[in-house]
Amino acid sequence: MSDDWTDRLSEYLDDELPPDERAALEVHLRQCAACGAVLADLRRVVTRARGLEDREPNGDLWPGIAARIGAGRGAGVVALDQARAPRRWSFSLPQLAAAGIALMALSGGAAWLLHPNPHPALAAGAAPVPPAVVNASVRSRAASRSYDAAVADLERVLEAGRGRLDTATVRVLERNLATIDTAIAQAQRAVAADSANLYLNSHLADTMRRKLELLRQAAALVTSVS
Amino acid sequence: MDATLAASGDAHAFERLYRGHLARISSLARRMLGDEDADDVIQDVFVRAWRKLGSFRGEAAFGTWLHRLAVNVILGRRETRGIRRQRHLDGDAVLETVPGRRTTPEISMDFERAIGRLPEGARQVFVLHDVEGYRHEEIGRMLGLATGTSKSQLHRARMALRQHLER
Repeated sequence: MSDDWTDRLSEYLDDELPPDERAALEVHLRQCAACGAVLADLRRVVTRARGLEDREPNGDLWPGIAARIGAGRGAGVVALDQARAPRRWSFSLPQLAAAGIALMALSGGAAWLLHPNPHPALAAGAAPVPPAVVNASVRSRAASRSYDAAVADLERVLEAGRGRLDTATVRVLERNLATIDTAIAQAQRAVAADSANLYLNSHLADTMRRKLELLRQAAALVTSVS
Repeated sequence: MDATLAASGDAHAFERLYRGHLARISSLARRMLGDEDADDVIQDVFVRAWRKLGSFRGEAAFGTWLHRLAVNVILGRRETRGIRRQRHLDGDAVLETVPGRRTTPEISMDFERAIGRLPEGARQVFVLHDVEGYRHEEIGRMLGLATGTSKSQLHRARMALRQHLER
């Protein structure tokens, strides 16, 4: 058995060797029983992999999913704007203390996001920065609404224009957005467990801001190829 | 039909889709990530699918669309777990530790568990190529690998897993 040949057996099996190398390997296989045995094993591994049966998880995950999409038991048809709107996140007073700067930027959303080429739909999502005297809970709701509106508007722009982007770019964007969504979900869970933690609140706000920035870049990309 | 209903906000139709596709998505997540994160990721996949159903135009089968979405979510989770490209390059030592019947006959490990014992990089390439049917070029783009690296990882995974074939 030759390691050099053995290392090529998967490519041979997958029909990915150039013709001359394939022919040379076939000559070797006629002379080397060990390589022939490995090849047979590899073929069985592939067959085994293709025949793997799918299994459901042990627990029922639907209740958790239903809760997250706003479709609890008894909810048949869900109002789309309610069900598909990004989850709203309320900020407590300590959260505002840490995340205030970032959220103020977010609440000013559209103007910042749209620079240098504002999109009318996004401009409509902008909300004025609340006066300092406004009650903190009102400010938090306003910031949250502005954030949700900015995200939703940018997602609409991206969705409408995704057909103009090549698939590799879309795939990268989807992957990055998935990463940030996961990070936001993790940060939200952490904040829920320790709502007074300033670092966690700041981290959450920063992660949300990164999502907006990525969406802004994606929307700008769509605009640039239009 | 259910996809259309779910896209219009019918949660019951979406639950039927969930139950119809759960096993496939669950198996993909567990094979790619292991049991630890799988349930969270499965939920993320279906929540994301619900939110994005409006963009499903029926050009592909719903299962194909959902599967692609699931791969993206899973790869996103993989990145947040800090699995970097280097993990695809340095798996040799770990591969040697995957127990096999020939060397440890007292351990009866089934094929699924053996896949789970592969190093992250080799496991993901193996699952995407041999189980899910992606080509090396696609896998390379998804995982940020050279095609040659994807091929070598696949071969290493197969060589390790041949120890677990039923004799």
